[in-house]
Amino acid sequence: MSREKKEIIAMLLAGGQGSRLNMLTEKIAKPAVPFGGKYRIIDFTLSNCSNSGIDTVGVLTQYRPLELNRHIGIGSPWDLDRKDGGVTILAPFMGAEGGRWYKGTANAIYENFHFIEQYDPEYVLVLSGDHIYKMDYSLMLDYHKERASEATIAVITVPWEDTNKFGIMNVDDESRIVEFEEKPKQAKSNLASMGIYIFNWKTLRRYLAEDESDRKSHHDFGKNIIPNMLHDGISMYSYVFNGYWKDVGEVKSLWESNMDLLKEDNTLDLYDRNWKIYSKNPVNPPHYISSTGKVKSSLLNEGCVIHGEVNNCVLFPGVEVGRNSIVNDSVIMPDVKIGENVSIRKSIIMSKVIIPDFTVIEDRENNEVVLINE
Amino acid sequence: MPDIMGIINLSEDETAMRDIAKYRPIGAIPIAGRYRVIDFVLSNMVNIGIHNVSIFTQGKSRSIVEHLGHGKEWDLDRKKDGLFIFNPYVNPKDSTFHKGDIKNFIDQLDYIKLSKQKYVFLSRSYMICNVNLQDAFKYHKDSGADITLLYKKMQGEKDKFINCDNLTINEAGKVISVGKNIGKESNFNISMEMCFLKKSLFIDIIENSISKGETMYLKQAILQQVRKLNVNGYAFDGYLGCINSIENYYRVNMELLDIETSKELFYKNGYIYTNVKDEPPTKYTETANVTNSMVANGCIIEGTVERCVISRGVKIGKNAVVKDCVIMQKCSIEEGAVLQNVILDKNIEVSSGIELRGASKKPLVIMKNQKI
Repeated sequence: MSREKKEIIAMLLAGGQGSRLNMLTEKIAKPAVPFGGKYRIIDFTLSNCSNSGIDTVGVLTQYRPLELNRHIGIGSPWDLDRKDGGVTILAPFMGAEGGRWYKGTANAIYENFHFIEQYDPEYVLVLSGDHIYKMDYSLMLDYHKERASEATIAVITVPWEDTNKFGIMNVDDESRIVEFEEKPKQAKSNLASMGIYIFNWKTLRRYLAEDESDRKSHHDFGKNIIPNMLHDGISMYSYVFNGYWKDVGEVKSLWESNMDLLKEDNTLDLYDRNWKIYSKNPVNPPHYISSTGKVKSSLLNEGCVIHGEVNNCVLFPGVEVGRNSIVNDSVIMPDVKIGENVSIRKSIIMSKVIIPDFTVIEDRENNEVVLINE
Repeated sequence: MPDIMGIINLSEDETAMRDIAKYRPIGAIPIAGRYRVIDFVLSNMVNIGIHNVSIFTQGKSRSIVEHLGHGKEWDLDRKKDGLFIFNPYVNPKDSTFHKGDIKNFIDQLDYIKLSKQKYVFLSRSYMICNVNLQDAFKYHKDSGADITLLYKKMQGEKDKFINCDNLTINEAGKVISVGKNIGKESNFNISMEMCFLKKSLFIDIIENSISKGETMYLKQAILQQVRKLNVNGYAFDGYLGCINSIENYYRVNMELLDIETSKELFYKNGYIYTNVKDEPPTKYTETANVTNSMVANGCIIEGTVERCVISRGVKIGKNAVVKDCVIMQKCSIEEGAVLQNVILDKNIEVSSGIELRGASKKPLVIMKNQKI
């Protein structure tokens, strides 16, 4: 054994195309989509790993990986540039029997069997790179051990009217999972799976191998692995998470989750020094608000220059807003240059877009979020 | 890749900096919201590809070591060359501290001799600018001078560079004499205390000043060469800030509130790098009212701010009024406090309702880690 044995390693699924984000993910994978003024969506899971003391993370990429690969690099922003472990990007690869795309979430893990085996872990944490939340996985692991669980699934309470959008867990009095229903029409519980799993590696290994040889399988955790384990009566528990959690699957929810950060009662605390969210830091001077500038209820970042009015907005680094321009309720991504006398409302403006003087951007008719890509 | 090694000599006169240089060298003083003074000269060097940089401290080096680390942010964490920080040697048998800084260089002569570069760029930290050193180096080589000193031609602004070296330069660009600016003249040439010379000459100068006992200060040793060697001046015409007194420190921060000046300083010939802190975005609430100010990340602003430089992680509460101030990192100004013409060092808590006022020419300075 050349490497040190690890108690737990994380496998982060970051291959998603996020087709519902349409233009946003034309060129980049969903986990690489900018969020919250200076982050990318995947920064939250990577920072959670680092802050939870998990030092070995495999990131499974597939769709448009260039920007994601560059962002992750050798993992130094998250302290994951380690001699032993650290971050490893696991892209689909060619073998002697040919190469292929990952067929599903379970297949993606199966294909990287050898990666997991070299650490000989007791537990494997399976994560998705699509969600915004802060969570201490070490507490979930403690819970997993206490219950002598073989598979623990993190769940969050969702409004009853939204239960048809999630994988719903039905649990008994002791939080043992008794039934799993994917997007049920008539839900029996409102505990939704967050796509965060801790498995005993020995157990998971067996199920992945069985699933691989099942030709009818979708090779998906939610559709195959979890139902198969339940069917066999494996000891499975739900772990209830209380806190902010959001799947930013659509333009609207991406806009909403950015706006959530501006609310007084926002529960995603970015200012907690004990649980920082790490990202690549741009090289920019502090932002500047001129004598004509006005900023209220907004998040600003380094390199911004504001001569106009900004209300209820999230501005990424390097954004410029010209004189007499008004920007309301919008998310402005890095290095966007907004000219003079511009009016923008309820919009997402993508990176490096230049908005000429006297432009008006808003959807007056339907009041939907406007997405500007160029 | 230029054939130059960079040397930053932190033996600088700190007396006029008052309390903000009590526990740190001038090079480690926080400036412009997220930088330290040394970041500017260091970035200028790495921006032209200098990758062997040594920093000679006068002791008091904790903050500089903490800030620079292994030089990662400046791409100086190298296997070959990289960043070196040298503290003065103290001989336990002879605990008297040696006067002057020449001894530091003698102690590290091996490092200097073994470095592979042919030229030396020697600088201090206290002159703030974004200079294209490539052009200056080319001028040095083309002119055939032994030493090339960088300077800036000044017109007016008499009081801005008090106590700095004043160069007399003839039409051919040769430095004839070096004096001190006492604010008497209105047309003068300010030495930026940056120069290019051959490494071999640099070593000669150091060894001679020891063997002949002529001077104990590197600066004097270099300036003595004006009479003996061919010393040229290279005129820099960009923005130059000078951090040699608390008044000048305050002035430079305020000058950066002019967006054209700060764009030049932060972008013109390359970026200025600094240690990053992974601070979240700065949050402005409904009650925030901020104009003409520079604000770094990680702040929460609920009050009124005018003409200020606000560093990372500062909190300004509701109804607090902060005008013409320089606020260093992690300060907290609570509800209803009023500050004008104040420099707050790091980590100061100003309680609700307190009023602090300095004067525009004499800002009030509050030492770090206090509750007021």
